[in-house]
Amino acid sequence: MEKVRPYVSSEIFLLGLVFGSFLLGVSIYKKTKLSFLQPLLISMVMIIPFLKFTGIDYQTFYHQTHFLNFMLGPSVVALGYVLYEQMEYIRGNVISMLTAVFAGSVVGIVCVVLVGKWMGADKILTASLAPKSVTTPIAMCIAEKSGGIPALAAAFVVICGIFGGLVGPIVLRKIGIKSKVAKGLALGSASHALGTVKAMEMGAIEGAISGLAIGIMGVMTALLIPVAKLLMLF
Amino acid sequence: MIKGLFYILLFYYIGELVSLLIHQFVPGSVIGMILLFLALFFNVLNPENVREASIVITKNMAIFFVPAGVGLMVYSDLFSKSISVILTAIGVSTVLTIITVAVIQEFFEKRKVHKNERNLKP
Repeated sequence: MEKVRPYVSSEIFLLGLVFGSFLLGVSIYKKTKLSFLQPLLISMVMIIPFLKFTGIDYQTFYHQTHFLNFMLGPSVVALGYVLYEQMEYIRGNVISMLTAVFAGSVVGIVCVVLVGKWMGADKILTASLAPKSVTTPIAMCIAEKSGGIPALAAAFVVICGIFGGLVGPIVLRKIGIKSKVAKGLALGSASHALGTVKAMEMGAIEGAISGLAIGIMGVMTALLIPVAKLLMLF
Repeated sequence: MIKGLFYILLFYYIGELVSLLIHQFVPGSVIGMILLFLALFFNVLNPENVREASIVITKNMAIFFVPAGVGLMVYSDLFSKSISVILTAIGVSTVLTIITVAVIQEFFEKRKVHKNERNLKP
């Protein structure tokens, strides 16, 4: 393994590995049409054992593929355009959207804190779990400020995203939600960009609203977690 | 595409600067998103400039999560130790968030429709 490692730990190889495994993930996802086989999950399931097997540590992998992680920021900014494109669906919905997402954010944070207390999680774990519904760059910032571990928060964001993308559409169907705006808003608020991927599959309106929800949820949660901390919830 | 990426980075940068001013209370990318939206809304920026780049980036957003997702491997110990808390907290909280947001939004929309119907009657 020692001899092979230099060849498989280069930027070209590791970035190629991410793109390749993701592509494979996309084709598996499309062929099987099983919603838990998300390309992201397939990619992770292939990369983690590969890194363990070749003995490449996470720092090296992260460093070499940092370009992709960096793109999370611009992709959040680009949502501003997606939002603009769907202006007509936002008009007249501003107050209801803000109210709904605010309530969602409160419910989400309170749930995490209560489950954490009930099952005996420590403060660090709770603080890392609390921002799970917002997009990675925002969640990492929030976790750091509230005494959590940013990398752990990022992992929870991914789990929450996969879970929400999977369960979200089923929950929405079960409770009989008809409104496209409500569907998109719920998916984006609860499961950020991964919820948005699912919402985009439902339609353009759902996708755009979901993108908007990522932004509102991010701002709301960034404002609410310091408040929760002040109230000594965790 | 290049032009679009330039504008996106520009707004991202301005967002980061504003974020520094408010002690990173709200992350720069979110502020950048709001500023880009406002610039398009108030016709400061031609939407054509950012259309292509924005669509390409947002359509492929999921791949950008791979480096962060693989980070799970570092915390595998803590993870397996507290797996039940983590999954219960995320599961319960996510489902309740989805229900809360969707129900409130649909409630508002239905109320609006009722109001409009009432207004139509003389």
